[in-house]
Amino acid sequence: MIDLPLIWGLLIAFAVLAYVVLDGFDLGIGVLFPWLHKGSERDTAMNSVAPVWDGNETWLVLGGGGLFAVFPLAYAIVMPALYAPIIAMLLGLVFRGVAFEYRWRDAAHQRWWDVSFALGSIIAAFAQGIVLGAFVQGIEVSGRAYSGGWWDWLSPFSLLTGTALVIGYGFLGAAWLILKTEGSLREHAYRVALPLFVAVIVLIGAVSLWTPFLAPDIAERWFSRPNIFVLAPVPLLVGLLGFLLLRALRRRLDRQPFPLALGLFVLSYAGLGVSNYPYVVPRSVTIWQAAAPDSSLAFLLIGAALLLPLILGYTAYAYWVFRGKLKSGEGYH
Amino acid sequence: MSDGEIALLLARVQFGFTIAFHIIFPAFSIGLASYLAVLEGLWLKTGRDVYLRLFKYWIKIFAVAFAMGVVSGLVMSYQFGTNWSVFSDKAGPVIGPLMGYEVLTAFFLEAGFLGVMLFGMNRVGKGLHYFATLMVAFGTLLSAFWILSVNSWMQTPAGYSINDVGQFIPADWMAAIFNPSFPYRLVHMVLAAYLTTAFVVGAVGAYHLLLKPDRESARTMFSMAMWMAALVAPIQIIAGDFHGLNTLEHQPAKIAAMEGHYETRTGAPLILFGLPDDDEERTKYALEIPKLGSFILTHDLDGEVKGLKAWPADQRPPAAILFWSFRVMVGLGLAMAGIGLISLFLRWRRALYDARWFHWLALLMGPSGFVAVIAGWITTEVGRQPYTIYGLLTTAESRSPIAAPAVGTSLAAFVVVYLLVFGIGVLYIVRLMRQPPAALQQPVAAEEPIRTAGLMPGPAMGTAPTSETTT
Repeated sequence: MIDLPLIWGLLIAFAVLAYVVLDGFDLGIGVLFPWLHKGSERDTAMNSVAPVWDGNETWLVLGGGGLFAVFPLAYAIVMPALYAPIIAMLLGLVFRGVAFEYRWRDAAHQRWWDVSFALGSIIAAFAQGIVLGAFVQGIEVSGRAYSGGWWDWLSPFSLLTGTALVIGYGFLGAAWLILKTEGSLREHAYRVALPLFVAVIVLIGAVSLWTPFLAPDIAERWFSRPNIFVLAPVPLLVGLLGFLLLRALRRRLDRQPFPLALGLFVLSYAGLGVSNYPYVVPRSVTIWQAAAPDSSLAFLLIGAALLLPLILGYTAYAYWVFRGKLKSGEGYH
Repeated sequence: MSDGEIALLLARVQFGFTIAFHIIFPAFSIGLASYLAVLEGLWLKTGRDVYLRLFKYWIKIFAVAFAMGVVSGLVMSYQFGTNWSVFSDKAGPVIGPLMGYEVLTAFFLEAGFLGVMLFGMNRVGKGLHYFATLMVAFGTLLSAFWILSVNSWMQTPAGYSINDVGQFIPADWMAAIFNPSFPYRLVHMVLAAYLTTAFVVGAVGAYHLLLKPDRESARTMFSMAMWMAALVAPIQIIAGDFHGLNTLEHQPAKIAAMEGHYETRTGAPLILFGLPDDDEERTKYALEIPKLGSFILTHDLDGEVKGLKAWPADQRPPAAILFWSFRVMVGLGLAMAGIGLISLFLRWRRALYDARWFHWLALLMGPSGFVAVIAGWITTEVGRQPYTIYGLLTTAESRSPIAAPAVGTSLAAFVVVYLLVFGIGVLYIVRLMRQPPAALQQPVAAEEPIRTAGLMPGPAMGTAPTSETTT
């Protein structure tokens, strides 16, 4: 018998990861926006993500919609539990999403939309980080419903993960700008990338050190044998990527920081995944308990198996069409 | 009201508010995406400048409307879980995968090709660009297909069974997707989207004709829009009638409320206007045409039509809302068909571009599609009450265990943000519409590649529009 809940657990995890790294860099542009010079730097930075942000954000819809479809119980527990940060994230995404178009439609109020873009991005990133932290902390459940309080999501740990994600996205955005732009914007991106990089490494370390103390079973999972041997390479790889990143930033190797930064995200994400498997609502509901019946999972899996490769294909094509460095002043608008 | 009842009401208002705002944009972008595909297709076929100019004109408006649709749609995909978690848990196994298919087939298709469609004209060849436009248009239709299947399943559930924890689980996917009201609702909504767009395009064309009667681009779009009105509005009336008969079969209480009937009667009148009063259980000040109600609904002058009293009071939808929202929709539909007819007459008399009174009329009718769409959705959604899944799961049972202050706060935030953000967006769209379609810039010398890095390096196909700069 095929373990459909497990397959779907991995697929949803993949969708969320795809969202984090893809929308991560375009949210990161928003995080960096206040520090970019008005005029051509901001124009070029925004143009570098304008053709792809919508597709990037669709992974978030797939994450949410997918959860609804295949783990409806988890969706029904997690959404009320994380009510406030989820609503804040959605409203942040509204403000930044429309700024992509509005900014070019109203020269007199462009500054407002720059603020809207930056603030919306930062709020969305921070809220996502809080969601992440609150999720890892664990969610209180009784019966088939959330049974915790309205402020459970707010904790020192979730504030830390919120901050970490804002900084992390900002770093990803800087790495993207290094890859995609030239001239003063590229220089500017290099200047902000280095302190952001240091902050990211510190924050990854802080979150990693804190996580096993959240719950005994995470600690046990991390430090018991044989897991510890499997997991030990993760911090080593983080160290390696950090070293390569530092080298790339120092030597101005434009093509390297972005993929390396993506690598850091993937590794951190894998660490979180290991901590929470096999829960879809940490330490309350497993993927098998939350799963819709196999007939639902199989039905959607057929579509996913056929369509996801296609989606990845034409997403890659869209990136390919807009590949290469974007010249300052070359706009799509 | 108890705290729970207030929270329920606020949650309903929140869903109604966010989805009413959202539907405006897809209703427009479904039609506009198809219109853009037609314009680009005509340009490729005939090579006439005017089609390219119109394409470039409407694509800017499309981009703004689409952005608003994306962000308001993103909110919708989380509304189910945040405020309706019990519904999500119970209905997820059936409607979740359908919405999953919407994301996989439609959203990614739209989003993937939108970038190429909006920004890629100079980067890919004509053929590929047209392909991207077609994919975006196809994506909007696919999206309508799945989301209307979900909505229809909530209205006329089929192909399900119920498991031991009370979840609806799929028993027959084909029966669930193609549930009894789905084909009617799909046709009705897609036609509504096309009509909505036609009347917007017609109003913009009329506006520019009023300013400058000999403007070719204005004439072309006005004429195209009026063809749509003349052809599609009558079809929509027929489709609406079929949809109504289907509703009578599956949700007779909804029809009774729409018609303002409380008593079950043979030879029921058609109540043109009146004030349905749920407390007194009668429609006051009714202006009636004898026997016509039975004739329309049963196609028999003496057919029996059920009244609301046939159901217990707590299983009836609120009649006054349905009665009036239905009349607004039907009234606008008839007005649209009327505009279409007049346009045919004027066209025959070769006066379509000269009848200024008619251009004023078309301008006035510009927002009619949006109003009709919202009125229609109010009719069908409020008509489903007091259930979320018709006859099976009540709205009151469906909501999340979230206290009224939390729901109220988020509702207030949505209202403020939406009115601000989308209000300004509509302003920008209107501002774009007030500009006439720009002339094309002098084509770049044909042998000069626009970008050597393009997938198909070559001359620009259309060059940039003049009214736009990157600053």
